[in-house]
Amino acid sequence: MGWENWIISTFSRSLAYGTPLLLGTLGEIYSERSGVLNLGVEGMMIMGAYSAFTTTYMTKNPWFGILVAGIIGGIFSLIHAFTSITLKANQTVSGLSLTMLGLGLSGVLGKGWEGKPLPSTIPKMIITPLNSLPVLGPIFFQGQNLIVYFTLILVPILWYILFRTRIGITIRAVGESPATADSQGINVARVRYVCVFIGGILAGTAGGYLSVAYRPAWTEGMTAGMGWIVIALTIFSFWNPINGMLGAFLFAALYHLSFRLQSYISPELLKAMPYAMAIIVLIFVSRGNLQKRVGAPAALSLPYMRGED
Amino acid sequence: MNKAEDYAIELRRIVKRFPGVIANNGIDLKIRRGEIHCLLGENGAGKTTLMRILYGLYQPDQGEILVNNQKINISSPRIALQHHIGMVHQHFKLVPTLSVEENIILGLDEGTGPFTNFRKVRKRISLIANQYGLSLDPRTKIWQLAGGKQQQVEILKALYREVEILIMDEPTSVLTPQEVEKLFTTLRFLVKNGLTIIFITHKLDEVMKVSDRVTVLRKGKVIATIPTQETDKETLARLMVGREVIFCLKKNPVKKKEKILEVKDLHVLNDRGLPAVCGLSFELYGGEILGIAGVSGNGQNELAEVLTGLRKLIKGEIYLDGQDITHCSTREINKLKVAHIPAERIRVGIVPTLSVSENLILNKYFYSPFSRGEFLNYKAIKENAQAMISEYQILTPHYQIPVRILSGGNIQKIILARELSCDPRMIIAMHPTYGLDIGATEQVRQTLLSQREKGAGILLISEDLEEIISLADRIMVMFGGKTMGILEGENIDLERIGLMMAGTKYRGEKM
Repeated sequence: MGWENWIISTFSRSLAYGTPLLLGTLGEIYSERSGVLNLGVEGMMIMGAYSAFTTTYMTKNPWFGILVAGIIGGIFSLIHAFTSITLKANQTVSGLSLTMLGLGLSGVLGKGWEGKPLPSTIPKMIITPLNSLPVLGPIFFQGQNLIVYFTLILVPILWYILFRTRIGITIRAVGESPATADSQGINVARVRYVCVFIGGILAGTAGGYLSVAYRPAWTEGMTAGMGWIVIALTIFSFWNPINGMLGAFLFAALYHLSFRLQSYISPELLKAMPYAMAIIVLIFVSRGNLQKRVGAPAALSLPYMRGED
Repeated sequence: MNKAEDYAIELRRIVKRFPGVIANNGIDLKIRRGEIHCLLGENGAGKTTLMRILYGLYQPDQGEILVNNQKINISSPRIALQHHIGMVHQHFKLVPTLSVEENIILGLDEGTGPFTNFRKVRKRISLIANQYGLSLDPRTKIWQLAGGKQQQVEILKALYREVEILIMDEPTSVLTPQEVEKLFTTLRFLVKNGLTIIFITHKLDEVMKVSDRVTVLRKGKVIATIPTQETDKETLARLMVGREVIFCLKKNPVKKKEKILEVKDLHVLNDRGLPAVCGLSFELYGGEILGIAGVSGNGQNELAEVLTGLRKLIKGEIYLDGQDITHCSTREINKLKVAHIPAERIRVGIVPTLSVSENLILNKYFYSPFSRGEFLNYKAIKENAQAMISEYQILTPHYQIPVRILSGGNIQKIILARELSCDPRMIIAMHPTYGLDIGATEQVRQTLLSQREKGAGILLISEDLEEIISLADRIMVMFGGKTMGILEGENIDLERIGLMMAGTKYRGEKM
C-alpha cells in the first residue's frame, strides 16, 4: 500500500512543518487585531531559533531553550511596540528593521555555533493506544512532539478569547476604532503592547521549535522566509485563528508536495507553487474584503493619537 | 438650597491652549441640574474643546471643574464616567464591525473575569430601551444601522453606564428632520427622568426649540448665558457672530434654460460592491442651482464621483451639453469645464503639503502658460497665485507656504479659485460650506450665486437643508440611490423634504 504511506507521511510532515507557521500566524493575528502591523516576524523567529539552540546547547534542556526563545521573541517585539505605539513611528519601516536586525544579529552571534550538535532535543512522542488508529494514528499520534499539540490546543483557545470574551471585544475595538476604545476608558497603548508582546512570544517559540525540535541545528538565516509566509497567512486567515490553522497546514502540505512531485514536474516550478498559491489566495481575499465587512482591522498600522478624529 | 442654584456642573476659568491658538480663554459655565443647556457658537469657538475637557479627553491648562459641588480632576473618560458624565460625539464613537451589545459593554466590567454574561446584558439593554422608548436589536452590527439608530446606541450606551450628565456634540448633523424631532422627544424624556443635558450646536433653530438656557461662546470666551425664553434667533446670531447677520441671500430669478447635464438611468456601485445609485435620471439647466438633499450615504457621494469621472458606472448615460461623457476620464471631463468642489476638501480637494500657488494650478499645470513640455513656468504660476489670492480674498502669509497650515475657510477658497477660474459650464459642489464660519460661508454662497448668474449649471449636494433651501432653485431628494422627486418653487417645504429624505416618494401635490 505505497500510496497510503505516501499520504500519511505527507500529512504527518505537513503537521510538523505547519506548526511554526501556525504559531507565528496566531501571534500576528493578535498583534494585527489590536491594530499593530508587525513585519518583524522573521526577525523574532530567527532570534527565537538562535536563543533556543544556544540555551539548549548550554543547559542540555530543550524545554528551557523553548522558554528562552519565547521570552527573547517577546522582548524583541517590544522594540517594535515601543517605536510604533509609544513613538508612533511608521510601522512598516519599524517592522522591517526588526526583521533585518534579527537576521543580522543572529548571524553575527551565531557564527561559532554552526554545525554544533545538540546534546538533547524535544522528544518525539508516541501516544498509545491512539497511534494504532488507521491513518489518523500515524499522522497525529506518532512522531509528533508536545509543541505541535500545544499549538493545536492554542487555536480554539485564542479563537474563543478573541470572539467570545470581553478581552477579545477590547482587542478588536482597539484595532477597529481606537478613539472609541479610548473614549470608553480603555488604555489603547497597553492593549496594543500586550498584543504585540503575545505576537513576539509566539514567533519566538516558533523559531525555537525550528532549531531544537523540527530540525535540531543552527544555520544562519534558517527561518528562510517563514516569517513572510506568516504575514501572508495572517491576511489569508481573515484575522481568525481557525482559518489561520487551515491556511498554515494547507501551505505546509503544498510545500511538502513540491518535494514529493519533483520527479514528475520541474522542481523550480514546484518550489514556486506554495508562494504562487499564497498570491492567488491574497487576490481573492482582498476582492472579498470589499464586499463583506470582514477585512483588515480598520485601524491596522495607524498610530493612535488622542484628539485626532 | 433652592433648585435654581443646584448646579450639576460648574466650570471655573477654564483655559486651554493649542499651538498657536487659545481654544478656551477663561471660561466660566454653570449647568443646572435637570436642564437642557445649549452651548452655541461658530466653528472654532471652543465648544467641543470645552466639552472634551469635561469628558477627560483633554486636560485644561488652567481652571477647575466642579461636579455636584465637588472639585474633581477629570484626567480621562474613565474618571468622567465614574462621575456619571457621558458624551455622545459628533462622529459616533462606535466600532462598526461589532454588534450593538458589544459596543455597549465595551470597556465595562460585566460578568465574571473575562467572560461576559450576554443574557444579562441583553436583558438590561432591553429594560433601558423600553424605559426610554428606544428600539434596538442588540445583536445587529453597527454598520448595518442608519445614523439615527447609531445615535440611539450611543445614548443607550451612556444610559447603560448610569450617566446623569449627558453631553451631546452637534447631535443633529447626521439626522433627517423627523429623526431630529424624535431625538428632541427622547432628550425631553431623559430630562424628565432626572438627567442633565449639555447640547452643543451652531444651529439657532435647535437652540430655540430644545433648550432651557443657552450659553454663547465666541473665540474661546463666554459672551452670554441667557434663559432661552428671554431671547430670540436674531439676538443669538448677533452674539454668536459679533455683528448683524443677513439671513436672506439676494437671488435673481432663473434666466437661461438650456440643458447642460442629462443623466439617464444611472446605476453605480459603492466601494463594497453594493448598489449605491439605482436608476437615477435628472437634468440640470444653465443658470440654475439644483440642490440634492438626503441623509448621507444615500448615493450622493457616488453620484458626485461618477459625474466627475472618479468612479465607473455600471449602467446609464451621461450627457454634458449634448456630448456623451459616460465613459470619459476625470481629465477629459475637467477639460469640458466641469468644476468639482469635493466633500472632503483636505483629502480630495488639495495636496496639503504643496504650496498655495501649486494647489491653485493642480487642474491646469499641464497647459501653457504654466508649463512648457516637462518644465513648469514658475513666473506664470506665481502671477496666477497672486491674482487668485486677491480675487478670492485668500488669507495666507505667502503664496509659497504649504496649504495644510491654512484654515478650512481659506482652503475652501483655494479650491473655489482653482475650480471656478475656468468659467465652468457645470459646478458640482458637495457640502461647500461644511465646517466653515459664517464669514467664509457667506463668501462661498455668494460665489456660487454669481456663477449661477453667469449661466453655469450648479449641482449643490448638501446635508444642510437651510443651505439647500436658501440657494437652490429646484431640490431633488435622494434616498436609497433613487430620487424621491424634485421640488420646485412653492412646493419646497421643509417637512415635505424631511419625509422624502426618509423614503416617501413625492407625486405632485399629494404625498
